[in-house]
Amino acid sequence: MSERDQTRIVGASVPRKEGIDKLLGRARYVDDMEREGMWFGATVRSTVPRGRIRAINFDESVDWAAFAIVTAADIPGKNSIQLIFADQPCLADGMVNHCDEAIVLLAHPDKYKVRAAAALVRIEYETLPAVFTIEESERRDGVVWGTDNLLKSFLLEKGDVDAAWTQAAHIVEGEYRTGAQEHLYIENNGVIAEYSEAGGVTVWGSLQCPYYVHKSLLAVFDLPEDKVRVIQTETGGAFGGKEDYPSTLAAHAALLAMKAGHPVKVVYDRMEDLAATTKRHPSRIRHRTALNQDGKLLAMDIEVATDGGAYATLSSTVLSRATLHSPGPYVCPNVRVRSHAWATNTVPYGAFRGFGAPQAIFAIERHMDEIAAQIGIDPVELRRRNFLHDGDTTATEQVMREPVILDSLLDRALAESDYHAKRARFAQENPTSAIQRGMGIAAFYHGSGFTGSGERYLNSLAGLDVTSQGKVRVLVASTEFGQGTNTILTQIAAEAIGLQYDDVTMAPPDTGIVPNSGPTVASRTSMVVGKLIERAGVQLVNLLCENAGLGESFTSEQFFAACERYRAAHGEVVSLCRYEAPPNIFWDDRKYRGEAYPAFAWSVQVAQVAVDTVTYSAEVEEFWSVQEVGRVLNPVLAGGQIEGGIAQGIGYALYEKVLLTNGHMVNNQMTNYIMPTAEDVPPIHVSFEQIPSRHGGYGAKGIGELPHDGPAPAILNAIRDATGVGFHTIPLLPEDLFVQLASREFTEAVAR
Amino acid sequence: MSDCLSSVQFEINGEVRTLRVPPMKRLLDVLREDLRLTGTKEGCGEGECGSCSVRMNGELVNSCLVPVLQAEGASLQTVEGLANEGKLHPLQQAFLHCGGAQCGICTPGMLMAATQLLAVNPQPNLAEIREGLAGNLCRCTGFKRIFDSVIAAAAESQTQATEQAAHAR
Repeated sequence: MSERDQTRIVGASVPRKEGIDKLLGRARYVDDMEREGMWFGATVRSTVPRGRIRAINFDESVDWAAFAIVTAADIPGKNSIQLIFADQPCLADGMVNHCDEAIVLLAHPDKYKVRAAAALVRIEYETLPAVFTIEESERRDGVVWGTDNLLKSFLLEKGDVDAAWTQAAHIVEGEYRTGAQEHLYIENNGVIAEYSEAGGVTVWGSLQCPYYVHKSLLAVFDLPEDKVRVIQTETGGAFGGKEDYPSTLAAHAALLAMKAGHPVKVVYDRMEDLAATTKRHPSRIRHRTALNQDGKLLAMDIEVATDGGAYATLSSTVLSRATLHSPGPYVCPNVRVRSHAWATNTVPYGAFRGFGAPQAIFAIERHMDEIAAQIGIDPVELRRRNFLHDGDTTATEQVMREPVILDSLLDRALAESDYHAKRARFAQENPTSAIQRGMGIAAFYHGSGFTGSGERYLNSLAGLDVTSQGKVRVLVASTEFGQGTNTILTQIAAEAIGLQYDDVTMAPPDTGIVPNSGPTVASRTSMVVGKLIERAGVQLVNLLCENAGLGESFTSEQFFAACERYRAAHGEVVSLCRYEAPPNIFWDDRKYRGEAYPAFAWSVQVAQVAVDTVTYSAEVEEFWSVQEVGRVLNPVLAGGQIEGGIAQGIGYALYEKVLLTNGHMVNNQMTNYIMPTAEDVPPIHVSFEQIPSRHGGYGAKGIGELPHDGPAPAILNAIRDATGVGFHTIPLLPEDLFVQLASREFTEAVAR
Repeated sequence: MSDCLSSVQFEINGEVRTLRVPPMKRLLDVLREDLRLTGTKEGCGEGECGSCSVRMNGELVNSCLVPVLQAEGASLQTVEGLANEGKLHPLQQAFLHCGGAQCGICTPGMLMAATQLLAVNPQPNLAEIREGLAGNLCRCTGFKRIFDSVIAAAAESQTQATEQAAHAR
């Protein structure tokens, strides 16, 4: 390791910064907070998927004078929740485009009364035709968004795909589908808002991106930047589900606070949260692949289609990441990806850990096993022959400048899981057993940070300051929601300055205090924001050396004494750093070509699965995950990220099904939307290879999303290995297994 | 919620409390609203997620499913009653050390479920831990580090017991 890699605090499993508060039950989540004179809000939502609002009727049995009532007419600024396009209203005005769209807001001092009253506001509609699937939308069975239902499309081209088919020894086609997935953070969405003529809007909430909410409130209230303040409260899980929705909810609560003249709390119950907020985009991905005699890829023709729901929200960027991950970690001279996000009359789909990559990787990694079966090569060997290596170019013609160690990740995963021996043993045992076992693998990358030019546009600012109480504070809008932001950023700051872990704390995640270090999404915090904090730490030490007599080596006491000398002479002790794009990184948005990501994290995962041919249930018995995520900043936290992502990936593959009727989620309860429990998650074995990346904080790359990308294809590949049947759709529930396996058994029985 | 109030008395975290509350009010809401013990969380409101788990008369209950009148005369323990004068309970210490808490929202309920498990079975094996925590959902950790935490706390308790026994001799 280089000198920079020899660290005291980075790389150590220091305890979670806010851990003790969480363990004592004194961490304050939004529903644990009260404000003086606070009222409670509730939301009246559409019950039709598409229609014109004819009338809003308030039941005469209620004394409505006691309520604050808000409709679109009360919005002082733009009736728009702006993420990328301005198509989504804050409150429906005249039209609704999906079930559970917000139409009327109510607030009252009694939280029980306000919920009861919401049921007594009745909306009359003139219903209009709606579309609910990718197929209905692309056929334009009805035009429900823009002129053609198309939210976004991309064309990624490398080489000449059309010329490749004639040279192919093998051509393999396949279609793969993934369902919606609910984040199921255990803390539902919630905010508290205050409004005053003089002070503007202040919002406390469970959220990932304070400055997204800030931007949204500026537009809805038509206020200047300093009249809107957003404060993140302790957040009980997010996984992407609190990236964009809190902008809507914060606006709702703030409108109620303005109308009521009181602070207003709006906290959803589970049924409302599941019905009304975003989920992972469903997808349909088609592959047509040409290979030569040796099983080397010649051409990949890929069509990606996603269901974006009723408004554009983040669908374009999710589609972009799906597009860029769809060819997998392989070298191929000719690639074409045509991708489309389609509008339907369902609740808009949004960000969820992986952000399009899990859909794309499910398709390519399932497809690789189908190719292997069709052309008669071992699935491990097929991958090995086609892996990307250092110096190779990806589909966007990005040259792999940093080491790519897929071969060694694969070797380690195979060795740790005893893959080959187990496969052979299961192949012997299965014919005489009611439990059929199999092994499956998935190999993949996940691009760290925003796609393409994204980080340049974000232009993030982050830094450090020093309080007069003798603490260094990390100044970021990057939020903690379980993944470890507080811990790793304070580790990096302490390391870079030369202090102890306890000398560094987090400034409150409050837009009135911290600069915009960008959203806490896209596996960008360790890498991009971590790098800014590392630079800010070094810069701070230099500042104090040059201006306050700080020596080359120093104790904590000497450091803080120098800070006080600096403060007396020059004022506040602050060190801020702005994002600088790494040199030689260029992305052409128009041609959709170039350096798609500044760095990639890599992983090979192995699933051991048992299929019960009596009950048709599939169980993951054991799981291995080997990854290269750059420098591991905190082994305990990093391991927790990988294991948690795998558990969600297992749910995505085998348990979690969003059932929609007219675009409304009908299993919107924890009773019938099923996530893996303590008894369902298998032993998970996690190992890291560490190759520090020059772009990340102390060499870190993105980690949070990577582990969710692989479990679904690894598990379905294992089921194929166990049963000989290739399943192409997730979630794969026992009834789905039954349909195909039982019909196969029936056919075999008849044949005998 | 009915305006008709009843008097309810119970012991909570070692302290006797008497309250006038609607008798059908959920114990969860009484803890959070009337006693301001907000460590206990609501996740689903239907007894599925276990975030509202508390101990009542030596059993683990979902406080969202318990009308407060049922707690009359009961002995209750919530997450606020685990630490002893600021000193972390061995389970809390183990969760901190092993990474058993991430976002923290399931943690109070998980700690109560783990406390209950160790009270009944001080040295559980992994299968018993899985079963003991099966009613408490965690979406962050994949549970592994929670199991590690319970194992570590059980081992710590055994060490302490052995040491105490040695001192007693």
